[in-house]
Amino acid sequence: MSEKKTNRRDFLFTATYAMGAVGVGATVWPMIDQMNPDASVKALASTEVDISSVNPGKTITVLWRGKPVFIRRRTEDEITEARSVKLDDLKHPEKDEDRAKNPEWLVMLGVCTHLGCVPLDQKGDYNGWFCPCHGSHYDISGRIRKGPAPTNMEIPKYEFVNSNTIKIG
Amino acid sequence: MSEEYTPKSKFGKWFNDRLPLLSLANHLTDYPTPKNLNYWWTFGGILTFCLITQIVTGLVLAMHYIAHADMAFDSVEHIMRDVNYGWLIRYIHANGASMFFLAVYIHIFRSLFYGSYKAPREIIWIIGIIIYLLMMAAAFMGYVLPWGQMSFWGATVITNLFSAIPLVGEGIVTWLWGGYSVDNPTLTRFFTLHYLIPFLILGLVVLHIWALHVPGNNNPVGIDIKKPSKDTVPFHPYIVIKDGFALLMFMIVFAFFVFYTPNILGHADNYIEANPLVTPAHIVPEWYLLPFYAILRSVPDKLLGVVAMLSAIFILAALPWLDTSKIRSAVFRPLYRQFYWILVADVLILGYVGAMPAEGLYLLIARIATAYYFLHFLVILPILGYKEKTLPVPLSITDPILGGSPNLATARNKESLSNK
Repeated sequence: MSEKKTNRRDFLFTATYAMGAVGVGATVWPMIDQMNPDASVKALASTEVDISSVNPGKTITVLWRGKPVFIRRRTEDEITEARSVKLDDLKHPEKDEDRAKNPEWLVMLGVCTHLGCVPLDQKGDYNGWFCPCHGSHYDISGRIRKGPAPTNMEIPKYEFVNSNTIKIG
Repeated sequence: MSEEYTPKSKFGKWFNDRLPLLSLANHLTDYPTPKNLNYWWTFGGILTFCLITQIVTGLVLAMHYIAHADMAFDSVEHIMRDVNYGWLIRYIHANGASMFFLAVYIHIFRSLFYGSYKAPREIIWIIGIIIYLLMMAAAFMGYVLPWGQMSFWGATVITNLFSAIPLVGEGIVTWLWGGYSVDNPTLTRFFTLHYLIPFLILGLVVLHIWALHVPGNNNPVGIDIKKPSKDTVPFHPYIVIKDGFALLMFMIVFAFFVFYTPNILGHADNYIEANPLVTPAHIVPEWYLLPFYAILRSVPDKLLGVVAMLSAIFILAALPWLDTSKIRSAVFRPLYRQFYWILVADVLILGYVGAMPAEGLYLLIARIATAYYFLHFLVILPILGYKEKTLPVPLSITDPILGGSPNLATARNKESLSNK
Protein backbone atom coordinates (compact mmCIF):
# COMPACT_ATOMS: atom_id res chain seq x y z
CA MET A 1 0.00 0.00 0.00
CA SER A 2 1.45 3.30 -1.04
CA GLU A 3 1.84 5.93 1.62
CA LYS A 4 -0.47 8.88 1.08
CA LYS A 5 1.53 12.04 0.93
CA THR A 6 0.06 14.89 2.95
CA ASN A 7 0.15 17.91 0.75
CA ARG A 8 -0.45 21.59 1.25
CA ARG A 9 -4.09 21.30 0.23
CA ASP A 10 -4.82 18.66 2.88
CA PHE A 11 -3.34 20.95 5.49
CA LEU A 12 -5.45 23.85 4.30
CA PHE A 13 -8.63 21.74 4.41
CA THR A 14 -7.92 20.52 7.92
CA ALA A 15 -7.00 23.97 9.15
CA THR A 16 -10.14 25.46 7.59
CA TYR A 17 -12.44 22.83 9.09
CA ALA A 18 -10.78 23.26 12.48
CA MET A 19 -11.21 27.04 12.37
CA GLY A 20 -14.77 26.56 11.19
CA ALA A 21 -15.52 24.24 14.10
CA VAL A 22 -14.07 26.75 16.57
CA GLY A 23 -16.14 29.51 14.97
CA VAL A 24 -19.36 27.52 15.12
CA GLY A 25 -18.67 26.57 18.74
CA ALA A 26 -17.93 30.16 19.71
CA THR A 27 -21.17 31.26 18.02
CA VAL A 28 -23.37 28.57 19.52
CA TRP A 29 -22.06 28.77 23.09
CA PRO A 30 -23.48 32.26 23.91
CA MET A 31 -26.88 31.10 22.64
CA ILE A 32 -26.75 28.15 25.05
CA ASP A 33 -25.14 29.93 28.00
CA GLN A 34 -27.76 32.69 27.97
CA MET A 35 -30.21 30.16 29.43
CA ASN A 36 -27.98 29.51 32.46
CA PRO A 37 -28.64 31.48 35.69
CA ASP A 38 -27.82 35.11 35.03
CA ALA A 39 -25.96 37.56 37.26
CA SER A 40 -29.16 38.79 38.94
CA VAL A 41 -30.11 35.23 39.88
CA LYS A 42 -26.64 34.42 41.15
CA ALA A 43 -26.75 37.58 43.28
CA LEU A 44 -29.61 35.99 45.26
CA ALA A 45 -27.52 32.92 46.09
CA SER A 46 -27.57 33.49 49.88
CA THR A 47 -30.34 34.40 52.30
CA GLU A 48 -30.16 35.44 55.97
CA VAL A 49 -32.95 34.23 58.26
CA ASP A 50 -33.92 35.55 61.70
CA ILE A 51 -34.75 32.50 63.86
CA SER A 52 -35.27 34.26 67.22
CA SER A 53 -39.03 33.77 67.13
CA VAL A 54 -39.03 30.03 66.38
CA ASN A 55 -40.15 28.00 69.41
CA PRO A 56 -39.09 24.39 70.05
CA GLY A 57 -41.24 21.94 68.07
CA LYS A 58 -41.95 24.47 65.33
CA THR A 59 -40.79 24.63 61.74
CA ILE A 60 -40.48 27.73 59.59
CA THR A 61 -40.16 27.63 55.81
CA VAL A 62 -38.07 30.22 54.00
CA LEU A 63 -37.42 30.72 50.29
CA TRP A 64 -33.85 30.26 49.10
CA ARG A 65 -33.03 30.20 45.36
CA GLY A 66 -36.74 29.78 44.66
CA LYS A 67 -36.96 26.64 46.81
CA PRO A 68 -38.35 26.11 50.32
CA VAL A 69 -35.90 25.56 53.17
CA PHE A 70 -37.29 24.00 56.38
CA ILE A 71 -35.79 25.30 59.60
CA ARG A 72 -36.99 23.19 62.52
CA ARG A 73 -36.22 23.84 66.14
CA ARG A 74 -36.32 20.31 67.47
CA THR A 75 -37.40 19.29 70.99
CA GLU A 76 -35.20 17.16 73.26
CA ASP A 77 -37.37 14.11 72.48
CA GLU A 78 -37.00 14.60 68.78
CA ILE A 79 -33.23 14.93 69.02
CA THR A 80 -33.03 11.76 71.08
CA GLU A 81 -35.25 9.96 68.58
CA ALA A 82 -33.24 11.16 65.59
CA ARG A 83 -29.90 10.19 67.13
CA SER A 84 -31.02 6.75 68.30
CA VAL A 85 -31.90 5.39 64.88
CA LYS A 86 -29.59 2.59 63.74
CA LEU A 87 -27.83 3.26 60.47
CA ASP A 88 -28.74 -0.22 59.27
CA ASP A 89 -32.41 0.76 59.27
CA LEU A 90 -31.80 3.59 56.82
CA LYS A 91 -32.14 3.49 53.06
CA HIS A 92 -29.62 6.32 52.79
CA PRO A 93 -27.44 5.95 55.89
CA GLU A 94 -26.48 9.29 57.40
CA LYS A 95 -25.90 10.15 61.04
CA ASP A 96 -28.12 12.84 62.51
CA GLU A 97 -24.93 14.38 63.92
CA ASP A 98 -23.76 14.97 60.35
CA ARG A 99 -27.07 16.43 59.26
CA ALA A 100 -27.60 18.81 62.16
CA LYS A 101 -24.36 20.24 63.54
CA ASN A 102 -26.33 22.09 66.19
CA PRO A 103 -28.77 19.34 67.25
CA GLU A 104 -31.50 21.83 68.14
CA TRP A 105 -31.70 23.17 64.60
CA LEU A 106 -32.39 21.11 61.50
CA VAL A 107 -31.87 23.19 58.33
CA MET A 108 -32.90 21.25 55.29
CA LEU A 109 -34.00 21.77 51.69
CA GLY A 110 -37.75 21.10 51.76
CA VAL A 111 -37.77 19.28 48.48
CA CYS A 112 -38.65 15.61 48.19
CA THR A 113 -35.77 13.78 46.49
CA HIS A 114 -38.22 11.72 44.45
CA LEU A 115 -39.67 14.27 42.02
CA GLY A 116 -39.38 17.63 43.73
CA CYS A 117 -42.62 18.17 45.69
CA VAL A 118 -42.66 19.89 49.08
CA PRO A 119 -43.26 17.34 51.90
CA LEU A 120 -45.78 18.09 54.69
CA ASP A 121 -44.58 18.86 58.19
CA GLN A 122 -45.25 16.45 61.12
CA LYS A 123 -46.88 13.84 58.94
CA GLY A 124 -46.08 10.26 57.98
CA ASP A 125 -45.14 7.11 59.86
CA TYR A 126 -41.89 8.49 61.31
CA ASN A 127 -43.06 11.78 62.92
CA GLY A 128 -41.11 13.75 60.36
CA TRP A 129 -42.29 14.70 56.92
CA PHE A 130 -44.55 13.06 54.39
CA CYS A 131 -44.59 13.81 50.67
CA PRO A 132 -48.18 13.88 49.37
CA CYS A 133 -47.18 13.36 45.74
CA HIS A 134 -45.99 9.76 45.86
CA GLY A 135 -45.95 8.85 49.55
CA SER A 136 -42.37 9.18 50.77
CA HIS A 137 -41.97 9.16 54.57
CA TYR A 138 -39.09 11.07 56.20
CA ASP A 139 -38.03 10.97 59.84
CA ILE A 140 -37.33 13.87 62.16
CA SER A 141 -33.86 14.18 60.68
CA GLY A 142 -35.29 14.42 57.15
CA ARG A 143 -34.03 10.95 56.24
CA ILE A 144 -36.00 8.78 53.85
CA ARG A 145 -37.57 5.81 55.64
CA LYS A 146 -40.34 4.54 53.37
CA GLY A 147 -41.51 5.27 49.85
CA PRO A 148 -40.00 5.92 46.42
CA ALA A 149 -37.58 8.77 47.25
CA PRO A 150 -33.99 7.56 46.77
CA THR A 151 -32.11 9.80 49.23
CA ASN A 152 -32.51 11.91 52.34
CA MET A 153 -33.62 15.51 51.97
CA GLU A 154 -30.64 17.65 51.15
CA ILE A 155 -28.84 19.81 53.71
CA PRO A 156 -27.86 23.15 52.15
CA LYS A 157 -24.70 25.03 53.00
CA TYR A 158 -25.51 27.28 55.98
CA GLU A 159 -23.90 28.87 58.98
CA PHE A 160 -24.96 30.60 62.17
CA VAL A 161 -24.04 34.27 61.80
CA ASN A 162 -25.01 34.75 65.47
CA SER A 163 -27.31 32.87 67.85
CA ASN A 164 -30.39 34.44 66.21
CA THR A 165 -29.44 34.44 62.53
CA ILE A 166 -28.78 31.68 59.99
CA LYS A 167 -27.21 32.46 56.62
CA ILE A 168 -28.19 29.95 53.97
CA GLY A 169 -26.00 29.62 50.87
CA MET B 1 -29.92 18.23 -13.99
CA SER B 2 -32.32 15.39 -13.56
CA GLU B 3 -36.04 15.75 -13.88
CA GLU B 4 -36.27 12.00 -13.20
CA TYR B 5 -34.07 12.00 -10.14
CA THR B 6 -34.20 8.76 -8.17
CA PRO B 7 -32.37 8.25 -4.87
CA LYS B 8 -29.74 5.51 -4.82
CA SER B 9 -30.74 3.76 -1.61
CA LYS B 10 -33.89 1.70 -1.29
CA PHE B 11 -34.99 3.62 1.80
CA GLY B 12 -34.26 6.91 0.05
CA LYS B 13 -36.48 5.89 -2.84
CA TRP B 14 -39.24 4.73 -0.48
CA PHE B 15 -39.10 8.03 1.42
CA ASN B 16 -38.78 10.17 -1.68
CA ASP B 17 -41.85 8.59 -3.26
CA ARG B 18 -43.84 9.71 -0.23
CA LEU B 19 -42.18 13.08 0.45
CA PRO B 20 -39.83 14.24 -2.33
CA LEU B 21 -37.39 16.04 -0.03
CA LEU B 22 -34.45 14.34 -1.72
CA SER B 23 -35.68 15.50 -5.11
CA LEU B 24 -35.85 19.02 -3.70
CA ALA B 25 -32.32 18.76 -2.31
CA ASN B 26 -31.17 17.44 -5.68
CA HIS B 27 -32.87 20.33 -7.46
CA LEU B 28 -31.16 22.83 -5.15
CA THR B 29 -27.69 21.36 -5.56
CA ASP B 30 -27.90 20.80 -9.30
CA TYR B 31 -29.81 24.02 -9.98
CA PRO B 32 -28.17 25.47 -13.12
CA THR B 33 -26.82 28.94 -12.45
CA PRO B 34 -25.39 31.43 -14.97
CA LYS B 35 -21.65 31.07 -14.80
CA ASN B 36 -21.03 34.82 -14.98
CA LEU B 37 -22.80 35.75 -11.72
CA ASN B 38 -20.70 38.37 -9.96
CA TYR B 39 -20.46 39.20 -6.26
CA TRP B 40 -23.54 41.42 -6.39
CA TRP B 41 -25.46 38.16 -6.74
CA THR B 42 -24.25 36.85 -3.39
CA PHE B 43 -26.56 39.10 -1.39
CA GLY B 44 -29.52 36.72 -1.66
CA GLY B 45 -27.62 34.20 0.44
CA ILE B 46 -26.37 36.94 2.74
CA LEU B 47 -29.95 38.11 3.30
CA THR B 48 -31.05 34.59 4.19
CA PHE B 49 -28.24 34.55 6.74
CA CYS B 50 -29.42 37.93 8.10
CA LEU B 51 -33.00 36.70 8.48
CA ILE B 52 -31.94 33.57 10.34
CA THR B 53 -29.58 35.55 12.56
CA GLN B 54 -32.42 37.93 13.48
CA ILE B 55 -34.81 35.07 14.19
CA VAL B 56 -32.34 33.15 16.36
CA THR B 57 -31.08 36.15 18.35
CA GLY B 58 -34.64 37.51 18.59
CA LEU B 59 -35.88 34.22 19.98
CA VAL B 60 -33.18 34.38 22.64
CA LEU B 61 -33.93 38.02 23.51
CA ALA B 62 -37.63 37.22 23.84
CA MET B 63 -36.72 34.76 26.61
CA HIS B 64 -35.42 37.65 28.73
CA TYR B 65 -37.37 40.69 27.53
CA ILE B 66 -40.53 41.84 29.32
CA ALA B 67 -43.11 43.55 27.13
CA HIS B 68 -44.54 45.94 29.69
CA ALA B 69 -44.28 49.73 29.73
CA ASP B 70 -43.02 49.69 33.34
CA MET B 71 -40.47 46.92 32.85
CA ALA B 72 -39.36 46.88 29.22
CA PHE B 73 -36.56 49.42 29.59
CA ASP B 74 -35.18 47.73 32.73
CA SER B 75 -35.45 44.29 31.15
CA VAL B 76 -33.28 45.46 28.24
CA GLU B 77 -30.69 46.73 30.73
CA HIS B 78 -31.03 43.39 32.52
CA ILE B 79 -30.19 41.69 29.21
CA MET B 80 -27.19 43.97 28.74
CA ARG B 81 -25.80 43.55 32.27
CA ASP B 82 -27.03 40.31 33.82
CA VAL B 83 -27.88 37.74 31.16
CA ASN B 84 -24.91 35.61 30.09
CA TYR B 85 -23.72 37.04 26.75
CA GLY B 86 -26.89 39.16 26.69
CA TRP B 87 -24.87 42.18 25.53
CA LEU B 88 -23.54 40.17 22.59
CA ILE B 89 -26.91 38.78 21.57
CA ARG B 90 -28.64 42.16 21.79
CA TYR B 91 -25.87 43.93 19.87
CA ILE B 92 -26.04 41.26 17.16
CA HIS B 93 -29.81 41.72 16.95
CA ALA B 94 -29.71 45.53 16.89
CA ASN B 95 -26.82 45.78 14.42
CA GLY B 96 -28.22 42.80 12.55
CA ALA B 97 -31.20 44.94 11.58
CA SER B 98 -28.85 47.50 10.03
CA MET B 99 -26.83 44.80 8.30
CA PHE B 100 -30.07 43.29 6.99
CA PHE B 101 -31.05 46.63 5.43
CA LEU B 102 -27.54 47.25 4.09
CA ALA B 103 -27.72 43.90 2.31
CA VAL B 104 -31.28 44.42 1.10
CA TYR B 105 -30.42 47.82 -0.39
CA ILE B 106 -27.47 46.33 -2.27
CA HIS B 107 -29.76 43.48 -3.38
CA ILE B 108 -32.41 45.93 -4.63
CA PHE B 109 -29.93 48.18 -6.42
CA ARG B 110 -28.38 45.07 -8.01
CA SER B 111 -31.81 44.30 -9.45
CA LEU B 112 -32.18 47.89 -10.64
CA PHE B 113 -28.83 47.82 -12.43
CA TYR B 114 -29.22 44.46 -14.13
CA GLY B 115 -32.97 44.74 -14.80
CA SER B 116 -33.76 41.68 -12.71
CA TYR B 117 -37.32 42.92 -12.13
CA LYS B 118 -38.27 42.62 -15.81
CA ALA B 119 -40.31 39.85 -17.42
CA PRO B 120 -40.45 37.01 -16.58
CA ARG B 121 -39.36 37.93 -13.03
CA GLU B 122 -42.05 40.45 -12.01
CA ILE B 123 -43.51 38.21 -9.30
CA ILE B 124 -40.09 37.65 -7.73
CA TRP B 125 -39.66 41.41 -7.66
CA ILE B 126 -43.09 42.16 -6.16
CA ILE B 127 -42.64 39.51 -3.46
CA GLY B 128 -39.30 41.15 -2.76
CA ILE B 129 -40.97 44.55 -2.32
CA ILE B 130 -43.50 43.01 0.10
CA ILE B 131 -40.61 41.48 2.06
CA TYR B 132 -38.95 44.90 2.13
CA LEU B 133 -42.16 46.50 3.46
CA LEU B 134 -42.47 43.84 6.16
CA MET B 135 -38.82 44.38 7.06
CA MET B 136 -39.48 48.06 7.61
CA ALA B 137 -42.52 47.25 9.77
CA ALA B 138 -40.54 44.71 11.80
CA ALA B 139 -37.58 47.08 12.21
CA PHE B 140 -39.81 49.94 13.31
CA MET B 141 -41.69 47.84 15.88
CA GLY B 142 -38.46 46.28 17.11
CA TYR B 143 -37.04 49.74 17.69
CA VAL B 144 -40.02 50.54 19.95
CA LEU B 145 -39.46 47.56 22.24
CA PRO B 146 -36.54 48.92 24.36
CA TRP B 147 -38.97 51.66 25.42
CA GLY B 148 -36.38 54.43 25.31
CA GLN B 149 -37.05 58.00 24.32
CA MET B 150 -36.45 57.32 20.60
CA SER B 151 -38.63 54.20 20.82
CA PHE B 152 -41.50 56.11 22.33
CA TRP B 153 -41.35 59.17 20.12
CA GLY B 154 -40.61 57.17 16.99
CA ALA B 155 -43.72 55.13 17.72
CA THR B 156 -45.71 58.30 18.33
CA VAL B 157 -44.59 59.96 15.09
CA ILE B 158 -44.97 56.92 12.83
CA THR B 159 -48.39 55.92 14.17
CA ASN B 160 -49.49 59.54 13.82
CA LEU B 161 -48.84 59.23 10.07
CA PHE B 162 -52.19 57.44 9.93
CA SER B 163 -53.92 60.48 11.39
CA ALA B 164 -53.37 62.13 7.99
CA ILE B 165 -56.09 59.92 6.53
CA PRO B 166 -59.23 62.08 6.17
CA LEU B 167 -62.24 61.40 8.44
CA VAL B 168 -61.13 58.04 9.92
CA GLY B 169 -57.47 58.91 10.61
CA GLU B 170 -57.83 59.82 14.29
CA GLY B 171 -59.92 56.71 14.92
CA ILE B 172 -57.32 54.50 13.28
CA VAL B 173 -54.54 55.98 15.39
CA THR B 174 -56.50 55.40 18.61
CA TRP B 175 -57.13 51.85 17.44
CA LEU B 176 -53.41 51.32 16.72
CA TRP B 177 -52.46 52.65 20.15
CA GLY B 178 -55.20 50.88 22.09
CA GLY B 179 -55.60 54.14 24.01
CA TYR B 180 -55.15 57.86 23.68
CA SER B 181 -51.38 57.79 23.44
CA VAL B 182 -48.57 55.30 22.87
CA ASP B 183 -48.63 53.22 26.04
CA ASN B 184 -48.56 49.68 27.38
CA PRO B 185 -51.23 48.28 25.00
CA THR B 186 -49.21 49.66 22.07
CA LEU B 187 -46.04 48.03 23.38
CA THR B 188 -47.54 44.58 23.86
CA ARG B 189 -49.12 44.51 20.37
CA PHE B 190 -45.91 45.76 18.78
CA PHE B 191 -44.03 42.98 20.53
CA THR B 192 -46.50 40.38 19.27
CA LEU B 193 -46.29 41.66 15.69
CA HIS B 194 -42.51 42.04 15.87
CA TYR B 195 -42.36 38.36 16.76
CA LEU B 196 -44.77 37.38 13.99
CA ILE B 197 -43.40 39.32 11.02
CA PRO B 198 -40.04 37.51 10.65
CA PHE B 199 -41.92 34.26 10.11
CA LEU B 200 -44.11 35.91 7.49
CA ILE B 201 -40.90 37.10 5.85
CA LEU B 202 -39.49 33.58 6.03
CA GLY B 203 -42.56 32.25 4.21
CA LEU B 204 -42.27 34.96 1.56
CA VAL B 205 -38.56 34.19 1.15
CA VAL B 206 -39.53 30.62 0.26
CA LEU B 207 -41.96 31.97 -2.35
CA HIS B 208 -39.30 34.46 -3.54
CA ILE B 209 -36.84 31.62 -4.14
CA TRP B 210 -39.50 29.35 -5.62
CA ALA B 211 -40.48 32.06 -8.08
CA LEU B 212 -36.79 32.57 -8.84
CA HIS B 213 -36.27 28.92 -9.65
CA VAL B 214 -38.96 28.98 -12.33
CA PRO B 215 -37.11 31.22 -14.85
CA GLY B 216 -33.72 30.88 -13.11
CA ASN B 217 -31.30 33.63 -12.19
CA ASN B 218 -30.86 36.76 -14.23
CA ASN B 219 -27.20 37.48 -14.92
CA PRO B 220 -24.87 40.43 -15.56
CA VAL B 221 -25.39 40.15 -19.32
CA GLY B 222 -29.15 40.08 -18.76
CA ILE B 223 -29.98 37.62 -21.54
CA ASP B 224 -32.10 34.49 -21.42
CA ILE B 225 -29.88 31.44 -21.37
CA LYS B 226 -30.48 27.78 -22.00
CA LYS B 227 -30.43 25.70 -18.82
CA PRO B 228 -28.45 23.62 -18.39
CA SER B 229 -25.88 24.55 -21.00
CA LYS B 230 -22.30 25.69 -21.38
CA ASP B 231 -23.56 29.01 -19.95
CA THR B 232 -24.45 27.47 -16.61
CA VAL B 233 -22.74 25.83 -13.65
CA PRO B 234 -24.45 23.75 -10.94
CA PHE B 235 -25.35 25.69 -7.79
CA HIS B 236 -23.25 23.31 -5.75
CA PRO B 237 -20.31 23.67 -5.38
CA TYR B 238 -19.73 26.75 -7.54
CA ILE B 239 -22.28 29.21 -6.14
CA VAL B 240 -22.20 27.73 -2.65
CA ILE B 241 -18.48 28.49 -2.38
CA LYS B 242 -18.84 31.94 -3.89
CA ASP B 243 -21.80 32.82 -1.63
CA GLY B 244 -19.92 31.38 1.34
CA PHE B 245 -16.87 33.52 0.70
CA ALA B 246 -18.99 36.67 0.25
CA LEU B 247 -20.86 35.82 3.45
CA LEU B 248 -17.57 35.60 5.34
CA MET B 249 -16.56 39.05 4.08
CA PHE B 250 -19.98 40.37 5.08
CA MET B 251 -19.65 38.84 8.54
CA ILE B 252 -16.37 40.69 9.04
CA VAL B 253 -18.19 44.00 8.50
CA PHE B 254 -21.04 42.77 10.72
CA ALA B 255 -18.61 41.75 13.48
CA PHE B 256 -16.82 45.08 13.25
CA PHE B 257 -20.02 46.91 14.15
CA VAL B 258 -21.01 44.42 16.86
CA PHE B 259 -17.65 44.33 18.63
CA TYR B 260 -16.06 47.71 17.98
CA THR B 261 -18.82 50.25 17.57
CA PRO B 262 -22.11 48.63 18.54
CA ASN B 263 -23.99 51.86 19.24
CA ILE B 264 -22.86 54.03 16.34
CA LEU B 265 -25.95 53.24 14.27
CA GLY B 266 -28.32 53.92 17.16
CA HIS B 267 -29.19 57.07 19.08
CA ALA B 268 -27.93 57.89 22.56
CA ASP B 269 -31.41 59.18 23.46
CA ASN B 270 -32.72 55.63 23.39
CA TYR B 271 -30.76 54.91 26.55
CA ILE B 272 -33.10 57.32 28.34
CA GLU B 273 -36.34 55.67 29.46
CA ALA B 274 -39.49 56.71 27.58
CA ASN B 275 -41.01 59.90 28.93
CA PRO B 276 -44.41 60.89 27.52
CA LEU B 277 -43.88 64.48 28.72
CA VAL B 278 -40.63 65.33 26.90
CA THR B 279 -39.74 64.87 23.23
CA PRO B 280 -36.02 64.59 22.37
CA ALA B 281 -34.64 67.74 20.73
CA HIS B 282 -33.67 66.03 17.49
CA ILE B 283 -35.72 63.04 16.49
CA VAL B 284 -34.68 60.93 13.48
CA PRO B 285 -35.45 57.37 12.42
CA GLU B 286 -32.81 54.69 11.94
CA TRP B 287 -30.53 55.30 8.97
CA TYR B 288 -32.26 52.81 6.68
CA LEU B 289 -35.53 54.73 6.80
CA LEU B 290 -33.99 58.19 6.29
CA PRO B 291 -34.63 58.59 2.52
CA PHE B 292 -38.35 58.02 3.04
CA TYR B 293 -38.33 60.28 6.07
CA ALA B 294 -36.78 63.03 3.91
CA ILE B 295 -39.55 62.57 1.32
CA LEU B 296 -42.18 62.79 4.05
CA ARG B 297 -40.78 66.04 5.40
CA SER B 298 -40.18 67.64 2.03
CA VAL B 299 -43.91 67.91 1.31
CA PRO B 300 -45.47 70.84 3.20
CA ASP B 301 -48.84 69.12 3.61
CA LYS B 302 -49.59 66.43 6.18
CA LEU B 303 -51.66 64.13 3.99
CA LEU B 304 -49.65 64.64 0.81
CA GLY B 305 -46.40 64.06 2.70
CA VAL B 306 -47.61 60.65 3.85
CA VAL B 307 -48.90 59.89 0.36
CA ALA B 308 -45.55 60.85 -1.18
CA MET B 309 -43.63 58.69 1.28
CA LEU B 310 -45.79 55.63 0.72
CA SER B 311 -45.79 56.20 -3.06
CA ALA B 312 -42.00 56.25 -3.03
CA ILE B 313 -42.09 52.65 -1.83
CA PHE B 314 -45.10 51.39 -3.77
CA ILE B 315 -43.84 52.88 -7.03
CA LEU B 316 -41.15 50.18 -6.93
CA ALA B 317 -43.82 47.50 -7.31
CA ALA B 318 -44.86 49.08 -10.63
CA LEU B 319 -41.29 49.22 -11.86
CA PRO B 320 -41.50 46.22 -14.24
CA TRP B 321 -44.12 48.15 -16.22
CA LEU B 322 -42.64 51.63 -15.84
CA ASP B 323 -39.34 50.50 -17.36
CA THR B 324 -40.25 50.03 -21.02
CA SER B 325 -36.83 48.91 -22.25
CA LYS B 326 -36.59 45.37 -23.60
CA ILE B 327 -32.93 45.19 -22.62
CA ARG B 328 -32.39 44.06 -19.04
CA SER B 329 -28.78 44.75 -18.14
CA ALA B 330 -27.52 48.34 -17.77
CA VAL B 331 -24.27 47.05 -19.31
CA PHE B 332 -25.95 47.47 -22.72
CA ARG B 333 -27.89 50.63 -21.81
CA PRO B 334 -25.43 53.55 -21.86
CA LEU B 335 -28.01 56.19 -20.95
CA TYR B 336 -29.85 54.17 -18.32
CA ARG B 337 -26.51 53.44 -16.71
CA GLN B 338 -25.99 57.16 -16.12
CA PHE B 339 -29.50 57.70 -14.81
CA TYR B 340 -29.03 54.67 -12.56
CA TRP B 341 -26.06 56.25 -10.84
CA ILE B 342 -27.89 59.57 -10.56
CA LEU B 343 -30.70 57.68 -8.79
CA VAL B 344 -28.20 56.05 -6.43
CA ALA B 345 -26.79 59.50 -5.62
CA ASP B 346 -30.32 60.90 -5.28
CA VAL B 347 -31.28 58.26 -2.69
CA LEU B 348 -28.03 58.83 -0.77
CA ILE B 349 -28.71 62.58 -0.76
CA LEU B 350 -32.24 61.94 0.49
CA GLY B 351 -30.79 59.80 3.24
CA TYR B 352 -28.36 62.54 4.21
CA VAL B 353 -30.90 65.37 4.31
CA GLY B 354 -33.29 63.04 6.15
CA ALA B 355 -30.84 63.05 9.04
CA MET B 356 -30.50 66.86 8.97
CA PRO B 357 -33.00 69.40 10.32
CA ALA B 358 -35.83 70.08 7.86
CA GLU B 359 -35.06 73.74 7.23
CA GLY B 360 -33.27 76.13 4.89
CA LEU B 361 -30.94 74.58 2.32
CA TYR B 362 -31.55 71.03 3.56
CA LEU B 363 -35.25 71.37 2.90
CA LEU B 364 -34.61 72.74 -0.58
CA ILE B 365 -32.25 69.86 -1.41
CA ALA B 366 -34.76 67.37 -0.01
CA ARG B 367 -37.49 68.80 -2.26
CA ILE B 368 -35.34 68.67 -5.38
CA ALA B 369 -34.20 65.13 -4.58
CA THR B 370 -37.79 64.02 -3.89
CA ALA B 371 -38.96 65.48 -7.19
CA TYR B 372 -36.12 63.76 -9.01
CA TYR B 373 -36.89 60.41 -7.37
CA PHE B 374 -40.39 60.43 -8.83
CA LEU B 375 -39.17 61.90 -12.11
CA HIS B 376 -36.80 58.95 -12.51
CA PHE B 377 -39.52 56.34 -12.19
CA LEU B 378 -42.49 58.12 -13.75
CA VAL B 379 -40.87 60.03 -16.63
CA ILE B 380 -37.28 59.06 -17.35
CA LEU B 381 -37.69 55.27 -17.29
CA PRO B 382 -40.81 55.08 -19.52
CA ILE B 383 -39.31 57.45 -22.13
CA LEU B 384 -35.83 55.93 -22.00
CA GLY B 385 -37.15 52.57 -23.19
CA TYR B 386 -38.21 54.14 -26.48
CA LYS B 387 -35.47 56.73 -27.02
CA GLU B 388 -32.32 54.96 -25.84
CA LYS B 389 -29.94 53.47 -28.40
CA THR B 390 -28.80 50.26 -26.72
CA LEU B 391 -25.62 48.33 -27.41
CA PRO B 392 -25.77 44.95 -29.19
CA VAL B 393 -26.46 42.13 -26.77
CA PRO B 394 -24.50 38.85 -27.07
CA LEU B 395 -26.41 35.69 -27.93
CA SER B 396 -24.97 33.78 -25.00
CA ILE B 397 -22.72 34.33 -22.02
CA THR B 398 -19.92 32.37 -23.65
CA ASP B 399 -20.12 34.04 -27.07
CA PRO B 400 -18.38 37.36 -26.36
CA ILE B 401 -15.44 35.48 -24.85
CA LEU B 402 -15.04 32.86 -27.55
CA GLY B 403 -15.90 35.25 -30.37
CA GLY B 404 -18.88 35.01 -32.69
CA SER B 405 -20.65 37.79 -30.84
CA PRO B 406 -22.75 40.21 -32.78
CA ASN B 407 -20.94 42.77 -30.70
CA LEU B 408 -17.85 42.56 -32.92
CA ALA B 409 -16.10 45.49 -31.36
CA THR B 410 -16.16 43.81 -27.98
CA ALA B 411 -14.99 40.51 -29.41
CA ARG B 412 -12.14 42.14 -31.34
CA ASN B 413 -11.14 44.16 -28.33
CA LYS B 414 -10.96 40.97 -26.26
CA GLU B 415 -8.92 39.29 -28.99
CA SER B 416 -6.38 42.09 -29.28
CA LEU B 417 -6.07 42.13 -25.49
CA SER B 418 -5.40 38.43 -25.37
CA ASN B 419 -2.84 38.72 -28.18
CA LYS B 420 -0.72 41.13 -26.25
